[in-house]
Amino acid sequence: MSSTPTSGNGSEPATPGPWRRRRKGGRRSGRGEQTVVPRAEFTSYYGKPVLNIPAWKPANIAGYFFLGGLAGAGSVLATGAHLTGSPVTARALKVSSTVAIAGSAAALIHDLGRPSRFANMLRVVKPTSPMSMGSWLLAAYGPAAGAAAVSDLTGLLPRTGTAATVGAGLLGPAVATYTAVLAADTAVPAWHEGYRELPFVFAGSATAAAAGMALLTGPTGEARAARGAALFGAALESGATRAMEGRLGMIAETYRTGTAGRFSRAAKGLTAAGALCATAATRSRTAAVLSGGALLAASACTRLAVFHAGRASAEDPKYTVVPQRERLDRRRAGAAPAR
Amino acid sequence: MTDQLPWPTLRDEERPARVGFFTDTSVCIGCKACEVACKEWNAIPEDGMELTGMSYDNTQGLGASTWRHVAFIEQSRPAEALPSAPDHSGVDVFSLAGQGSEAPGTTPQDGSELRWLMSSDVCKHCTHAACLDVCPTGSLFRTEFGTVVVQEDICNGCGYCVPACPYGVIEQRPGDGRAFKCTMCYDRLGAGQEPACAKACPTESIRFGPLDALREQAERRVGELQAAGVSGARLYGADPEDGVGGDGAFFLLLDEPEVYGLPPDPVVTTRDLPAMWRHAGTAALTLLAGAAAVFAGTGRAGKGTARR
Repeated sequence: MSSTPTSGNGSEPATPGPWRRRRKGGRRSGRGEQTVVPRAEFTSYYGKPVLNIPAWKPANIAGYFFLGGLAGAGSVLATGAHLTGSPVTARALKVSSTVAIAGSAAALIHDLGRPSRFANMLRVVKPTSPMSMGSWLLAAYGPAAGAAAVSDLTGLLPRTGTAATVGAGLLGPAVATYTAVLAADTAVPAWHEGYRELPFVFAGSATAAAAGMALLTGPTGEARAARGAALFGAALESGATRAMEGRLGMIAETYRTGTAGRFSRAAKGLTAAGALCATAATRSRTAAVLSGGALLAASACTRLAVFHAGRASAEDPKYTVVPQRERLDRRRAGAAPAR
Repeated sequence: MTDQLPWPTLRDEERPARVGFFTDTSVCIGCKACEVACKEWNAIPEDGMELTGMSYDNTQGLGASTWRHVAFIEQSRPAEALPSAPDHSGVDVFSLAGQGSEAPGTTPQDGSELRWLMSSDVCKHCTHAACLDVCPTGSLFRTEFGTVVVQEDICNGCGYCVPACPYGVIEQRPGDGRAFKCTMCYDRLGAGQEPACAKACPTESIRFGPLDALREQAERRVGELQAAGVSGARLYGADPEDGVGGDGAFFLLLDEPEVYGLPPDPVVTTRDLPAMWRHAGTAALTLLAGAAAVFAGTGRAGKGTARR
């Protein structure tokens, strides 16, 4: 037994008594970073996280987010392509959305502690649970997306097929964005504090991914809309990400460092490359394929970055304690004169 | 008993009082009888036999297989006198220990004393419980006693409750997959018994009873301590106006909550859920509008090209 708790990695100065750690202020010069003198130190219980870390597997949950986005936004673009006379792209997107949503659901089920009890997801309808709402949404969207694809591939029931295409197209944006609410509706600082922008990050990332799929699978003659969607998605995602990191303050570190930082930088690079190649997609099939691949990879990286940032923000008690302590101190300072 | 609950309940005459824990850490002696009684009564499996070096705490934190956790914090600072406590200020126990049994006597060195904080942590059974709110299967539910309990025959192990809890209480059990946490001994409550931890506590640090009565006791106790000069004494989780609507299990602490590993200002995440859905709705419409604009633009351009 030691009188001075020491940190796991031994890099922090151990002081007698409560666990205190110096907080480095202004280490990074991101926008919104607080450069005024921060609290010199914060206290935690032997550096242990305040939150319990979710047992979610990165590949399952980021995959569930990525595939859900690809499917949802894909259905929107499929509907547009279907209605404006781009049949090859429309068919490809209907098929990719069906495969993606099946994969998304499979990833979610695979991540359950008791996969055989998956059906319990539809045991109740619970508006306070984004996962319950999402399960019901998938239960409506999945069959619509599937019917649209089957009708297109087989030529059977074309009117039903069109109705299913439009139905999936209208549900698609909800499928692409509800997962942001699912992540934000937790105590995880990097997710919860970004709840305003995260749905826009996911919407942009999903649109870029679906546009990438359209560029990858559609002929050059039909690439014009996909190019527009790619640029729109990339711009939306970049803008929303920037806004979110600005709002997060010190918590934004978790998006810039470690595993999340690597995926985040990869996502930004791939998005830029994908958008650049997309501008040539109507002339060059090679450019379209390169753009499509880059945009799909970028979207997957974005979801992995979000997942890992959340994890990092839950693992270090700093991100839980410091913002709460500052909020509490502000409230007390505000309440004191009134008394 | 009139503690108003924000959820529908049985009719008043059928409803038992909302019950809870008041954990007075100023009288906790760190015996861990609560941990043992909880494990025994609830038949919770062993979950690691690590020696951590964190004072006497080898339990480390609440989780799927730890529903009571005694925290030990060693502080070297001027000690605050407790009522009727002998004055040990100036006693350095570590230097005494270093001298072994041959120690000549007390050797005050820097005027500071070791202060040893102990606190038995537990599920807070929040008034606004995030774990319960986000559970997609209805496995987590509010009992007639106002407590929050997992139905293990329903839980499918989605794990959503784990990051939702602002206190880091509930967890999925490795190898089992389902989520577990303190039930406040739901089985014992139904039989009119107090929970095992409270029953086992030898110093009445853990008090169990109707929440209203406990809050009154706690107010009295914190007043006594402050009057006796224990300026650090404060209640944690006792305020029905806090971010979780007050805890069903609240505490008297002698230092800031984060010293004990508790969040200083927890908020139920679902408080912001309506705003989250609004933002997601706007984002979804943005996606739809953006796609519509893209196709409208290319549609016109396409027609223009076709006509030429």
